[in-house]
Amino acid sequence: MEGNISFPSFSTIQEKSMKKSKALMLIGVVLLGALFVLPLWNISLEAPQYPEAIGMNIHVNKIVAMNPNDIKNINIMNHYVGMKDIPEMLPEFKIFPYVVIGMMLLGLLIGFKLNYRWYLVWFILICLVGAAGMYDFYLWEYDYGHTLKETAAIKFKNPDGTPLAYQPPLLGTKTILNFVAHSYPRSGAYFLFTGMLMAFAAFFIGKKETKY
Amino acid sequence: MKKIFKKSFLLLLSAAIFTACSNGKKSDSGALSGSAAEKVYVKPGDHDEFYAFISGGFSGQLAVYGLPSGRLFKVIPVFSQDAEKAYGYNEETKPMLNTSHGFVPWDDSHHPDISQTAGELDGRYLFINGNNTPRIAKVDLTTFETTEIIEVPNSAGNHSSSFVTENTEYVVAGTRFSVPVPQRDMPINEYKGNFKGALSFISVDPEDGEMDIKFQIIMPGFNYDLSHPGRGDSHGWFFFTTYNTEEASTLLEVNASQNDKDFIAAINWKKVEAYVNGGGGKKMPANYAHNVYSEETHTATSTMKKSVTVVDPREIPGAVYLLPTPKSPHGCDVDPSGEYIVGSGKLSSNLTVHSFSNMIKAIDEENFDGDAYGIPILSFDAVNTGTVEQAGLGPLHTEFDGEGNAYTTFFISSEVVKWKLGTWEVVDRKPTYYSVGHLMIPGGNSRKPFGKYVVAMNKITKDRYLPTGPEVTQSAQLFDISGDKMELLLDFPTIGEPHYAAGIPADLIAKNSKKFYALEDNKHPYAVKNEADTRVERKGKDVHIYMTTIRSHFAPDNIEGIKVGDKVYFHVTNLEQDYDVPHGVSMIGANTSELLIMPGQTETFTWEPKQVGVWPFYCTDFCSALHQEMQGYVRVSPRSSTLPLSWSLGEDIE
Repeated sequence: MEGNISFPSFSTIQEKSMKKSKALMLIGVVLLGALFVLPLWNISLEAPQYPEAIGMNIHVNKIVAMNPNDIKNINIMNHYVGMKDIPEMLPEFKIFPYVVIGMMLLGLLIGFKLNYRWYLVWFILICLVGAAGMYDFYLWEYDYGHTLKETAAIKFKNPDGTPLAYQPPLLGTKTILNFVAHSYPRSGAYFLFTGMLMAFAAFFIGKKETKY
Repeated sequence: MKKIFKKSFLLLLSAAIFTACSNGKKSDSGALSGSAAEKVYVKPGDHDEFYAFISGGFSGQLAVYGLPSGRLFKVIPVFSQDAEKAYGYNEETKPMLNTSHGFVPWDDSHHPDISQTAGELDGRYLFINGNNTPRIAKVDLTTFETTEIIEVPNSAGNHSSSFVTENTEYVVAGTRFSVPVPQRDMPINEYKGNFKGALSFISVDPEDGEMDIKFQIIMPGFNYDLSHPGRGDSHGWFFFTTYNTEEASTLLEVNASQNDKDFIAAINWKKVEAYVNGGGGKKMPANYAHNVYSEETHTATSTMKKSVTVVDPREIPGAVYLLPTPKSPHGCDVDPSGEYIVGSGKLSSNLTVHSFSNMIKAIDEENFDGDAYGIPILSFDAVNTGTVEQAGLGPLHTEFDGEGNAYTTFFISSEVVKWKLGTWEVVDRKPTYYSVGHLMIPGGNSRKPFGKYVVAMNKITKDRYLPTGPEVTQSAQLFDISGDKMELLLDFPTIGEPHYAAGIPADLIAKNSKKFYALEDNKHPYAVKNEADTRVERKGKDVHIYMTTIRSHFAPDNIEGIKVGDKVYFHVTNLEQDYDVPHGVSMIGANTSELLIMPGQTETFTWEPKQVGVWPFYCTDFCSALHQEMQGYVRVSPRSSTLPLSWSLGEDIE
């Protein structure tokens, strides 16, 4: 073994390098676990009456008020234009955690047992899952901003006569009446993105490694 | 922040140069001073540097201002009913104004003082005295509400009050008028030797701040005018000015002004405390109210206390001494080091300064000059350390800047005079407009004054503002004292008569200011925490409405089945949990005030309908865009009606 230290054999190099892509993949997968602790997304509102913004953090399994009572206070304001209350529970909150756990288990299985090509498969799969999640988020936002009670006290219309919608932006900042709404990823999402990128990078590194 | 400083510095500099060049006048406070307007200008949206709590005198209240702007933020109701906030009108706060004389809806509020820890302001509580029906109130500085009032027995004209000791061990209340103790039917002209003056030491619980009269020292029948605590080396002592040592009961303006010297009474309260803790003193039957407002139930309770511990000072050797002080002294002020005790002989042109260390030495050497009712009188020459000669006319009160300077008000010559501790030389004087009483430097009654400003409080304003008929405002005047010379910056009107004030840096209080009450913590017996639980219940002629408010409706808002002759209790819970969203409520013909209910709070008013009809109620605080829609109706039927109680929201009553 002494000789191996100064002149490592081909197989040792390969072993060590394989470990690098594998480690990257595994760490990337583990980072998804942050989603159970950290919020994925944030929607916040500023208004003249709210110099300190109010808003909510969206987790994979719940919606949490940014400050205590924020959701109650958003609901109070939104009821004037006929919007529904922000639900405490969405069906998605029951599904999303299993999806995340499933992806993590799959990722770990791939990381430990399968080769680099599967890293790409996992990456594409999580991209699809992410896209589906964003689409689902969009649908909820759309419904939340467009489904208004007929009896709303305040009804605003667009210049073309259609009812004004109160849908927050999917990503970015938008002015809705007296509110400026911000919708941006939060810390949990950055862990997710980093994990995805690591899996993606693990694929290329793994590919390079096999050329030795 | 630095940028702002630089900018304003440049502005000030150029302003000063400009002024200096254009009219050749030189500013008293040096080349760097800008215009007074710049110094008091607090940009819209910016906050003031200090809170000033200014007593409302005969208004019975306490006003909260910002310094240096002089902007009024709030009037805290303390001793008087306040229809705006329903204080003393709603069922919850009526007990706050209960006394042994029954419900007393007014008092004369005098001397606010902020709680201290280790001799420095800690910003937890503010204490203030009711002068007329002797009471001490505590204001919680997280809610800016009066949360406790204790009546002071054996006392009258509760004036040498409500000053705190270094660690808020006690808030002290002294009687201005001596009275028979205990009260009894006796000839007034037998005052001398029979009337007594009670000095009350009210303990403040270190945890919850609850007040309790620990002991009363029963002193000779003088008038105990003002007081201040010792600090530093003199911590453990309390000093009271006296006048009417002649013990006159009539035409005091002449008869109480005959003695060349009255006294400052020095009380070693630690000695008295130890004596009482050791079982000393007597439990004396008494009857006085102790009113406590609970933040949990949003309700005050009034308890009558039936005894008080009284102490005869002659039974505690070394507890009380009298320091001769010329000319009916009024203010009794102790400098930040605790060494100097300034007596302001109000009929004199001089200020008398006693030294604490001289006093201790005189006590040790038994340098006495007789006694009064067995209380040793110390030799004037032994305790006196200096006199500020011919400083002005009618000195009243002194505050300190912590830089070795003292500032004294002179009522008759209407001015504030700055002088130096130790050399007793007058270094500056500025007129006040007019007839100044107290003055205040933030932290001026503590080991650590914050300097910078002095606020002088005037009794008379005459021509200073637009006239408002025979009654014109009292005023406060703000001086910049950061330079060698005082500079008048601002005049502003006050609520009632400002007797004294307490100032504190805003950052010691603002961060603790409560935004709303948590609904889940509300333990009011008539609270409802959601609309589903709202209801109306009848108990004989009493009808209880469990009502809620939230933007922008009452629940319920239609009520039927009320009858003429009923007593209707509106128990209204504000379900909001947002900052600055109170709701108000008032009912046509209710013989009381509106309610103004903070988020999470429950308040109650009563209504006794006298006429058949359908009567509306509405929200009185512009709460939201649909505030005007926030209203409801109560149907009142004849006494003989059999219509059952019913209520609804959002649908017709069937």
